[in-house]
Amino acid sequence: MLATVEQDIWIDAPVDVVWRTVTEPELVAQWFAIEADFAPTPGYEGTLTLGRTQEPRRVRVSVQSVEPPRSFSYRWLHPDGVPARTGTSVLVTFTLAPERDGTRLRVVETELDDMGWTPDELDRYLAEHTRGWAGHLGRLADQLTATRP
Amino acid sequence: MTDLDDELWTAVAEPGRRRLLDVLLVHGEATPTALAAELPFTRQAVSKHLAVLLDAGLVTQRREGREVRYTVEPDRLHDAARTMIAAANRWNARLNAIKRMAESLHRAEEHEPPRA
Repeated sequence: MLATVEQDIWIDAPVDVVWRTVTEPELVAQWFAIEADFAPTPGYEGTLTLGRTQEPRRVRVSVQSVEPPRSFSYRWLHPDGVPARTGTSVLVTFTLAPERDGTRLRVVETELDDMGWTPDELDRYLAEHTRGWAGHLGRLADQLTATRP
Repeated sequence: MTDLDDELWTAVAEPGRRRLLDVLLVHGEATPTALAAELPFTRQAVSKHLAVLLDAGLVTQRREGREVRYTVEPDRLHDAARTMIAAANRWNARLNAIKRMAESLHRAEEHEPPRA
């Protein structure tokens, strides 16, 4: 089975508003990065400085397809000096669909299997980017709190 | 691409060790023999798992007579759980942030007075 990271959310706003939030650099800089050198133009090579919930870290992004207002994708995690393609980067795709007077926004990370990671590295990426067994650890920690006031 | 330190990751990534932590938590404190009685592992396998957990700081040991008794180290387990959950929820947190922004943008535009 192909490894993917996938999440979605329903938003009480029309597709075009969600589209702007996901693609306009000034807005992206507010929900994603602390700095975004970024443009919704296919082929644009930019950077995002991530750091809202972790140590600040600059990652390169390479914008792939831009199909307003339904689909937007970029590649990331490719090392400096290496072009973004299958095998050097992970593909992130946002899709937007109208649903119940609002929008269903889905984000999927694919081509993880092509990264040349060992099974352990792949497991680790998935465990750290999906809810899988993080929940198990959380329950253990809760149990600990409950048993030791 | 990693958030936990490698020792902690190795310790918690193995499902058998997470199960051992489950059982140890129920006991509060236990010997390897008592743990092996409740797990589908040999006493030797339990000892090996405990050694890895000990290296990662997730359990501590205490000698009592001829027995060694183990207990879960609460702070370290909390750290591991918090780090894993924060990382796992990263996309979820971003999507929630997009939702808040898009919805407030939408409300603001709906209430904008019509332009002349």
